[in-house]
Parts: sequence; structure tokens; C-alpha cells
Amino acid sequence: MTQRTEFIQGNEVCVNAALYAGLDFFAGYPITPSSEIAETMAKQLPRIGGKFLQMEDEISSICSIIGASLTGHKVMTATSGPGFSLMQETLGFAVMAEIPCVIVDVQRGGPSTGLPTHGSQGDVYQARWGTHGDHAIIALTASNHQDLFSMTVEAFNMAETYRTPVILLMDEITGHTREPVNLPEQGEIPIIGRLRTSVPEGVDYHPYLPREDGRLPMSDFGGKHRYNVTGLYHDMWGFPTTDPNVIHGLIHHLMDKIENHAHEITRYREYYLDDAHTVLISYGCSARTALHVVNSRRRRGEKLGLLELQSLWPFPAELVRAKCAHAHYILVVEMNMGQVVHEVKKAVHEPERVYLANRVDGEFITPTDVRGIMRLIHGRGV
Amino acid sequence: MAIDKYMRERFFPHIWCPGCGHGTILNNMLRAVDELQLNQNEMVMVSGIGCSSRISGYVDFHSLHTLHGRALAFATGIKMSQPNLSVICPMGDGDALAIGGNHFIHACRRNMDITAIVMNNRIYGMTGGQYSPLSGSGITATTAPQKTIDREFDITSLSLASGATFVARTTAYHYREITKYIKEALQHPGFSVVEILSQCPTHFGRRNKLGDAPEMLKLYKQNTTRIGSEAKQNNPELIERGIFRQEIAPEYCAEYAELINRVQQG
Amino acid sequence: MSRHRLIFAGSGGQGVITAAIILAEAAVLFEGQNAVQSQSYGAAARGGISRSDVIISDAPIHFPKVNQPNTLICLTQEAYNKFNSVIRPGGILITDTHYVSLDTRAEARIYHLPLYTSVMQEIGKPVVFNICVLGALQAITGLVRLDSLHQILKKRIPSRFLDINERALQLGAELGKNTEVQTH
Repeated sequence: MTQRTEFIQGNEVCVNAALYAGLDFFAGYPITPSSEIAETMAKQLPRIGGKFLQMEDEISSICSIIGASLTGHKVMTATSGPGFSLMQETLGFAVMAEIPCVIVDVQRGGPSTGLPTHGSQGDVYQARWGTHGDHAIIALTASNHQDLFSMTVEAFNMAETYRTPVILLMDEITGHTREPVNLPEQGEIPIIGRLRTSVPEGVDYHPYLPREDGRLPMSDFGGKHRYNVTGLYHDMWGFPTTDPNVIHGLIHHLMDKIENHAHEITRYREYYLDDAHTVLISYGCSARTALHVVNSRRRRGEKLGLLELQSLWPFPAELVRAKCAHAHYILVVEMNMGQVVHEVKKAVHEPERVYLANRVDGEFITPTDVRGIMRLIHGRGV
Repeated sequence: MAIDKYMRERFFPHIWCPGCGHGTILNNMLRAVDELQLNQNEMVMVSGIGCSSRISGYVDFHSLHTLHGRALAFATGIKMSQPNLSVICPMGDGDALAIGGNHFIHACRRNMDITAIVMNNRIYGMTGGQYSPLSGSGITATTAPQKTIDREFDITSLSLASGATFVARTTAYHYREITKYIKEALQHPGFSVVEILSQCPTHFGRRNKLGDAPEMLKLYKQNTTRIGSEAKQNNPELIERGIFRQEIAPEYCAEYAELINRVQQG
Repeated sequence: MSRHRLIFAGSGGQGVITAAIILAEAAVLFEGQNAVQSQSYGAAARGGISRSDVIISDAPIHFPKVNQPNTLICLTQEAYNKFNSVIRPGGILITDTHYVSLDTRAEARIYHLPLYTSVMQEIGKPVVFNICVLGALQAITGLVRLDSLHQILKKRIPSRFLDINERALQLGAELGKNTEVQTH
């Protein structure tokens, strides 16, 4: 098969991949550093008969994609931290009503307006805990354009498989950097479509009654089954309820359908972990720096390895524990005040061996920064 | 009754208080749907949060009960993605114009073929009688024990200024007008706003000593008049009922379909 | 493994980022090389320091930023003052005589070229200044073939503007070729 190589920004890669995955509806609101996603969507979607909407804010952007998902479309919105904050209430709605959709957060420095044109990875916890109430969530990330393409497609696939919103955590650096990407032919990466009910017209369809495999077949708004969708706790017909048994069942379903499939959702790459004394754990743009350090140290014969996480939520605790079992120490490389590092500490047997190499001044974390922390850990000073 | 087939009995009894105007609106809205012989499979009702918003569950359409203030934002995605569907958004006054005010004006501006029904009872009923941006000044509410000092929106003026292409107002007393205006709105190929003054005897009437539901309905009869009537000229305080605007302008989904054509033909 | 790191620095609106993209894209699409291009910028669309980093290599590139460039291109005095100290010893510095006056010592091969002045004299359109810079860069470094840059221009630039861009590229290449290296 002939692949097409493009030299484009990460934001454009994300659009290409979303279209590859079958997206035909996008709504968004301009915000740096994600705006190229909306701009490219506005250009591309009409060409394939898809729809692009520029809404009045981020709240209405996520609301409208949920509406379009209910009519049977694959949908996405893209934003950055401040807009992602505004979307949280509606993200919770999508969790509760089990609406497949993809939300891209091209992270920038925060809190507040923060650093619009500089990279950050400060929204890892916001992706997990930004909305109120208990729930599970899927969040994916990528460090390079080829993986970003795959992870974007995976985000759509997982949204359909688990009937859930999926968050794609990008960052200013991967979003704006240009590097080569091979755009796969149709069919090279499997696409999971909407699972629709086979219940015939006139027979009671239960939109919220999971099948034995846990999946919930959908029926498009405008189709033959008319049902209710609500953000309230609801029964198998989608009707609001305060019945304790139904509530108990629903919240456990919402958690279990994701947490119990964590091993299927987990995505990662590993470099030189087999004999690594020092394990670096990183993700997104920071993993590029981490890999640079690991490669250069390996050339000098030092036993460094890298575990690059591509799925951050549900947190792959078992994977981290297993990969770090023989590490003398573990260094988490991330661009925030320490977010994934806490999850790693919870996951491993000896949390006191887990260290953080971070950078939060708006500059991209450098190999020198990481090497400096490694010197400190070895008691050599900087 | 012919409209029974549009209701979901599973959902009843409804949550509305005795004397609430919302039931009258539901009844007469369904009459409009029935008179137009609309296909239930092509009807979508999208609501937000509040007493009014529960209406979406009671009707046997595709129904989406969303978040406070966001009905029109969800509805925009539904209509844009599937323009053949008829989309109705029943909203409360606080829902549509306080928390949802920004979505409201932008929906008016876009002129997408959606029917917005503002069930205006001038109070937050579900949360216990707090004042809304439609209460106006001098009103007693649980968050205004010393009476409101806030000025109110005029929904029809706001809709007109924001670009809605069909704008009408009536009251729960004038039930035939409810059916008539909603029918007109459903047939109108653009964004329609129907404001319906609806009595809340429990919170608004009781706290403001307006009497029970029949008394409040009588006030709607006394305090309103047809647009441009002689009565209005004699008493400018009267609230006008009727169709304020009904005009054809480019509809958003149709315009986007044109845009797709243009792009695809290069 | 060969690896060449460049910083393009100038002012917003000069087209420094576009020039960087064209170079990197040419390396990827027509030279079989790997390349990464990134940029840093502030809130201003015009003015302010605009910077783009390019790394061209025959191996995978992980860390995308450039700390010590092999080649530094400075198109404003401000950019020159800020960046001229980070150039790798023995590296290449390309500056424009109209915008930059050299004042500090740098351990580099310096090409102080009348690019802007020549563009204005020969073509009269300041908008193609960045393409002229690219032509000079090509002639000086040989990082990519001139034809590869031509191909990218054809791909990216509307046909009605192609001619002036190609003339600017050629002009830059000639200026780059015929200039004696200065060293401080």
C-alpha cells in the first residue's frame, strides 16, 4: 500500500485522523493553541459533506457535538485548558448519558488564561477529575505525529466501544510542531462504527440496558425508537429515577465499563526496559525529551529505559508496577507540578524511589533538565 | 383525546404543582403537533433544567433532557447534523435567559429552524422561588425578601434584536393562541421564539399576593392585549400578545447545504 | 548520523516561520530526510520576536527544539542581539545588512548579506524577502537542493505569486554563492 507522507502540524494530524475515523461533525470555539484544528475542520468537512459549526463558546461546542452524536454521527470538539474547564459540566453529561464523543485538549500553561502560546501538561488531573461526581474516563495522549494519528483514531474507536466521551490530551508542542507523518490508507487501522440496536420498530427498545458483553446498542434520534436521554440518574428506558437500586447499578456500570476494561484500553510504548536500572516514565511532548535522554545514555552504555504512556486514564497502574519491578529508581518526566508522578507512586511497591523531572516555566523540558535531576538523585549535584 | 398518543404514560404523574400553567402549554403544544400531523419519529424535544424542562420527558418524541441553560446548544447540534428533524426547545425564563442567555441570542442570530418556547413564570420554581431575570423590580422572591431591584428582560424585544425570524407572545390563559402560535412557529422555516406567560401559583403568586391559579389567569386576561390594539394606546402598561415578527431570512442549515454544494463543485 | 540544527529568528510578519517550514518540508518530501519544525511566538501577529527551530537529520528526531544551532538566521537587530551568542562554535550566521548591524564577536562563519536591499531593487516586493533568505541559506549550507525548494514553492504558493517567489529564491541563492565569508 502506498502511504502518503505529509509534513504538517500535530493539530492537522489530529484532523486527518478524526476524518479517517469517520468524523463528520465538529463544533468548536477559537482558542490558542488548538485553533488550527477548528480551522482545518472548517476547510475539510464541507468537502466530504460533513458539518462544521463555530459556536458561541466552548460550552455550546460540546453540547452541540453531543446532540449530533445522538443523531448517529461521529463527533469531536477541540479546545485548550480554559475551554476544557468550561466543558466540564457537559462532559459529565456525556458520561452520564453515555454519548460517544471525542474532546481534544491541546494543553497550554495554566491556571487561568496562563500561557496561551506555550506548552504544558497541566490538565492530566482535570481530564480525570474536572467534572463533579464519581465517574470513570478514558484519556489518551501521544508524543509524535504518527502515534497521534493512531491515538486519535483509537479515541473514536473507544468512544464507540464503551459509549463514552474520550479525551485526547495534546499539548502546544505536539499541536504546533511539524514533522513527517504517514497517512494510512483506509483499512490499515481498524475503525469501530456505531453499534446500533437490532430491536425492530414497535418492540420496546431499552437504550440503557447493557447487553451481556456490557455494550449498549444505540438508536439514532430521528430513527424508529423514541426514548429519553437525561443527565439525571435514569432507568433502562432513560427515565429519571431516585430508586436506590437503579442508582447503585448505574454508577457501578459507569465505573465498571471502563475500569474493568483498563487492560484493553491501556496503550504504551517501551524502550530498553528489559534491563533498565533507571526507568523514565513520560507521555506526550515530554516523552520526546525523555527518549532523547534514554537514547543518548544508552549509547554510553548506561541502563536507562523509557515507559511512554499513551493512555493516562484509566491509569495503567498494573503496567507501571510490572515495568518498574526491577528499577533502582523511577523518574517521571512531565510538564506540570507533578500529576502522573502521584499515580506512579501509588502504583509501584516502593514510592520513595519515584522522582519527578518537570518544567513549568513555559519552556519545553530539555534533556539537560532531565539529566540535572538524574545527577541530583545520584547525589552529584547539578 | 387525540393528543394522548403523543404522551408517555410511563412518565406520569408529572411533577408540576396544581394550578401550574405548564400543563396547559403541554396540552396546547401537542394539539399544534396533532393538527399539523407531524411524524413523531421526526420530532425531537430538547430541554434544559427546571420545571418547564420536564416537559420533554412527558412527550413521546425523541427527547433530550440536558443541562441548565443549554437546551438550544444541544438542539443546534441535532438540527445541524440532521436538518430533516423538527426540533422544539421548551425552556423556562431563567433557563433560557439567565444561564442560557448567550445561547439564546446566538440561536436567534443563526436562524436555524428550531422552535424555542419560553415558558415564562418569572421565577425559579424548581429550586424554590428565587427571582429570575424576568421577575422585574418590586417582586418578592426567596432571594429577594426585600423585593427585587433588578430590571427585567423583554423577551420579544431581545429576540427581535437578536435576529429571530418568528417572534410571538401569549399567555396560559389564551390557550387557543398557544396552539396557533406554536403551529405557526413549527411551520416557520427559521428560528422561532414563542413566549408564553405561565402562572406559578406556588412561588410567584403566593409570595406576591396574586391569588390562586384562576386569579393569576384572570390577571393575564386583564393585563394583556392584542398587538396594536386600541386598548394598548389607551393603556401603555398592557402587555401585547400576538406575532411580533414573521419573516423569511436565510436559514442556517439550508445555507450550510449551499456551502457544501459550492465547495464540492469546486 | 548527520544532524543539522537551525534557528530562524526575526520579527512577526517577516515570514521567518514560513521559510523554516519550506526548508523542513523540502528536506522531508524531496530529500528523504527527517525533519522537525517548531516555533515560539507571543500574542502579537505582527512585530515581536518570532522564532522557528528546524532540525534536519537522517535519523529519528525526538527533542524538537534547538538550543545551539549549527545555522542561525537573524533578520532583525533584536533577534540578532538575543540569539547570536547561542550559535555553535564554527557555525553559520546569516544576517541581513538592512536590518542588522553586526556588533558583537561570534565564533562563526558570518554571511552578512544585502538580501532585503536586493529584493527591493530587483523585485520590489518585500513580501518575498523570506524566500530570498531561503535561497541564500540553500547556497551557503547546501542542506537541500535548490530544486527541492522550488518544488515546495510550487506546492504552497498560488500560481500568480509563484514567479516573484522563484525570482527571490534565485536571487538569494546568487547572493549566498558570491559572498565572501566574514569572520570577526
